[in-house]
Amino acid sequence: MSADPTDASEVSTEPVSTKSHTLGPVDQIPFGEGRAFGVDGEQVAVFRLRDGTLRALSAVCPHRGGPIADGTIDRQVVMCPLHQHAFSLETGCSSTGAEPLRTYSVQEDAEQNIVLEYPHIRGNSLA
Amino acid sequence: MTSVLDRPQGRHAGAAARRRLVVVGNGMAGARAVEEILARRGADQFTITMFGDEPYGNYNRIMLSHVLSGEESDADIFLNALSWYRENSITLHAGVGVDRIDKFTKHVFSNDGRVTPYDTLIIATGSRSHMPPMDGLYTPGGSVKHGVFGFRTIDDTRRMVQHAQQEHHRRAVVIGGGLLGLEAAYGLKSHGIEVEVVHSGGHLMNAQMGPDGGAVLRRSVEALGIRVHTSSRTTAVLGTDRVTGVSLRDRDDIACDMVVVAAGIRPNVDVAVLSGLPVERAIVVDDRLRVQDEDDIYAVGECVQHRGEVYGLVAPLWEQAVVLANHVTGADTSAAYLGSRTATKLKVAGVDVASMGLHGPELDTDEHIVFSEPSRGVFKSIVVRDNKMVGATLLGDSRKVAYLTQAYDRGLPLPEERIALMFDVGGPGEDVGVAELDDGAQVCNCNGVSKKALVDAVKGGCTSVSGAMDATRAGKGCGSCKLLVKQVVEWAADGAVEEDPAASYYVPGIPLDKPALMTAIRKQGLRSVSQVFTALAPGSAEDAKSKMGLASLLKMMLADRYIDERDARFINDRVHANIQRDGTFSVVPQMKGGVTSVQQLRRIADVAEKHKVPLIKLTGGQRIDLLGIPKEDLPQVWADLDMPSGYAYGKSFRTVKTCVGKDFCRYGTGDSTKLGIEIESRFQGIESPAKLKLAVSGCPRNCAESLVKDVGVVAVEGGRWELYVGGAAGAHIRKGDLLATVDDPEEVKLLTGRFMQYYREQANWLERTYAFVPRVGIEHLRAVIVEDSEGIAAQLDAAMQASVDSYVDPWSERDDPLTPGQFRTSLPLTVLPQVPVR
Repeated sequence: MSADPTDASEVSTEPVSTKSHTLGPVDQIPFGEGRAFGVDGEQVAVFRLRDGTLRALSAVCPHRGGPIADGTIDRQVVMCPLHQHAFSLETGCSSTGAEPLRTYSVQEDAEQNIVLEYPHIRGNSLA
Repeated sequence: MTSVLDRPQGRHAGAAARRRLVVVGNGMAGARAVEEILARRGADQFTITMFGDEPYGNYNRIMLSHVLSGEESDADIFLNALSWYRENSITLHAGVGVDRIDKFTKHVFSNDGRVTPYDTLIIATGSRSHMPPMDGLYTPGGSVKHGVFGFRTIDDTRRMVQHAQQEHHRRAVVIGGGLLGLEAAYGLKSHGIEVEVVHSGGHLMNAQMGPDGGAVLRRSVEALGIRVHTSSRTTAVLGTDRVTGVSLRDRDDIACDMVVVAAGIRPNVDVAVLSGLPVERAIVVDDRLRVQDEDDIYAVGECVQHRGEVYGLVAPLWEQAVVLANHVTGADTSAAYLGSRTATKLKVAGVDVASMGLHGPELDTDEHIVFSEPSRGVFKSIVVRDNKMVGATLLGDSRKVAYLTQAYDRGLPLPEERIALMFDVGGPGEDVGVAELDDGAQVCNCNGVSKKALVDAVKGGCTSVSGAMDATRAGKGCGSCKLLVKQVVEWAADGAVEEDPAASYYVPGIPLDKPALMTAIRKQGLRSVSQVFTALAPGSAEDAKSKMGLASLLKMMLADRYIDERDARFINDRVHANIQRDGTFSVVPQMKGGVTSVQQLRRIADVAEKHKVPLIKLTGGQRIDLLGIPKEDLPQVWADLDMPSGYAYGKSFRTVKTCVGKDFCRYGTGDSTKLGIEIESRFQGIESPAKLKLAVSGCPRNCAESLVKDVGVVAVEGGRWELYVGGAAGAHIRKGDLLATVDDPEEVKLLTGRFMQYYREQANWLERTYAFVPRVGIEHLRAVIVEDSEGIAAQLDAAMQASVDSYVDPWSERDDPLTPGQFRTSLPLTVLPQVPVR
């Protein structure tokens, strides 16, 4: 379900589309760490795994509001720094009993920029 | 994409083919029996109808005392809300009593005029408060007098609370000094009511303990301000239209505004008697929980008599419900209930009480081990027969309950030193207690959760205590088992020492213990955390939980040869500050030995003012903590402070607390302040498996609390210094062990460094010295560190020196961030609830 970022704005029959946001050069995130970005008034934590691939999740821990971007990661999970709740980097699901984190599609473009697919909501038609 | 849920069409069509199961009673026994039946696919076999006297769903009766005391609201104690009945297609007639059963035509007659046919019937009518004979209990009309209460139902409890909260009601008498009576007294006390307990027995809780235990309990109860009259029988309730007092036999009347009758319970057997079912003390059932001589009628809970026993506790009920469900559904027709050995573990009136088996010795050859400390409200009594435990009573200290219950239930062999039954002799023993526990042992007595069920939940991925509690409902009853639940989950999550080799791993992601891991790192010349994962982890997989421990270990082993990958660090170590609940950080500048100056104080004040620091707090380690600093401000705060880091965030050497010392103190015998500053200067920032807190006191008055520090130094007369290790006064309390007494402060520093290096090399990740020192033993430590029995002292000293030499103040990174965006905010845009500004 990957939308082509170029025609995302032309989709009008769907209540929801994704909108591409370029968050700047990828090397602002050190390998194995995360940084938080403000997108559409929401905060998104983007992680750069040690293999160079990117993952993006909502930046606020559903447990007690911990800063997810400050978490420790491996290839599968991020651990919130406050109470060590663990969340899958792929699905956002918690293996420690917390509510899940939202995940976003993210990749690096040809100019080494971070490109995030952020759900774009039209009007109020979506619950 | 939308999808339509497929409904199995045959399900409702088959309704006619299903048999009719009717349950009389919607209390804990009835509802639990139905839950067990549903768990055995009973919904495929039966249409289920339930009758309940009370107009509610099913609630946890055990928790009524918490509702009375206001610790829980009545909404919190429901086990099955009305929606549960709907979801499981159960027809519930709430607030409808059953008058009679026709066992020949198989019909139930209820007091709303309804006649309900059944194929299988379950009677779970429970019990009611026993009203002992006395004058004035009832009005001439036959109802219980206004102001007199039983303590059995949620309505009883609500009415009692309402009555107690009326302004002019100030005094209550509770009749009955058993479990329920004391709970009622405690609950009423919390409403500010003056309470007196009148008990006909010779001592309190005589069903659960002997006279000595009862005397200690009485002391604890009286300390709460509750008056107790034992060996007193209430003869009358005084007052005409409302309660004004009670009369006692052979004693003065007691004036009061309300009377709570908690003088035991009686099984509800009226329906059974009227319907011609066999009733003795209660409804007689066989080992299948089937009513004697009836093929299709079962009974469960407090209303049954099984092999002559009638139970008034919740644990036997769970066992009965399982057997009953196995027979009703045919899931296991060989299941048999053989009776319960009742061990109770409760909190009564705020006092931990556990009781099982005999209260005292009965044969000449019985051993009786008794410990009594009435001033602390602690009493322990254990009866041993033929080297098996046959009874125990524990009051005020429930730490050994899990182990004792186990020993009682399974007849485990007992330690030769009987005192070990009562106390953990040396070392952290709690884990042993949990490890010893049998799989089948019940951890949560309210919801009948075994250790195995908890462990399975943990293995299934519920690695948090709350997750496992949610999954199993353990600890969701009276809550008295929460500590044990936590211990079991933690134990299960870390892996059992005997069963799970992972318990010996230094970090979870690398299957090696510490010596093997260090050897492998040395042999392969690994210098960074990612190299360790690549070379040693299964599948070369990184593991987030292992990173911090590996980073610390490599830094300790390699000092300046360590390749520092910042992602391996915990956030605190990436930004050299301690993360707080709202995502801000705390900044603690170094203040060696707790000694500061005018210049330092002025600078700290200026920084706090400039950065509008929300909270300035003195720490327990004699420093000043600036709390509520946003991450992005850290470099500027450090620059403005221009002081080195105090390391109040890492698994590392933290601080040296000192007393005033001999310069000013008129008692001081050694220059503790000077020595403390020197120790802190030498070992600042040293990484270790867990944090290290030190202290130096100038005399045995120990104002710096040296006896409860990881390393504590005490000056004694004659210019000598005592060195204690392995003390703690946080989550655990432990007095340190004396490692050595030396003449020279230089020797103190040398031995301190050598001990710390040995600890760094030998201790498990996150193992504090209070666990490490007893694990390896103080004699061993003394031999290695003081007497150099292994010939490694020089090596330890050299390794420590290398670490000391590689020290760099981490706050110097302020001018030149090590990674891009090192101090960039990760906080949400909307400001979270913050720590209040004082």
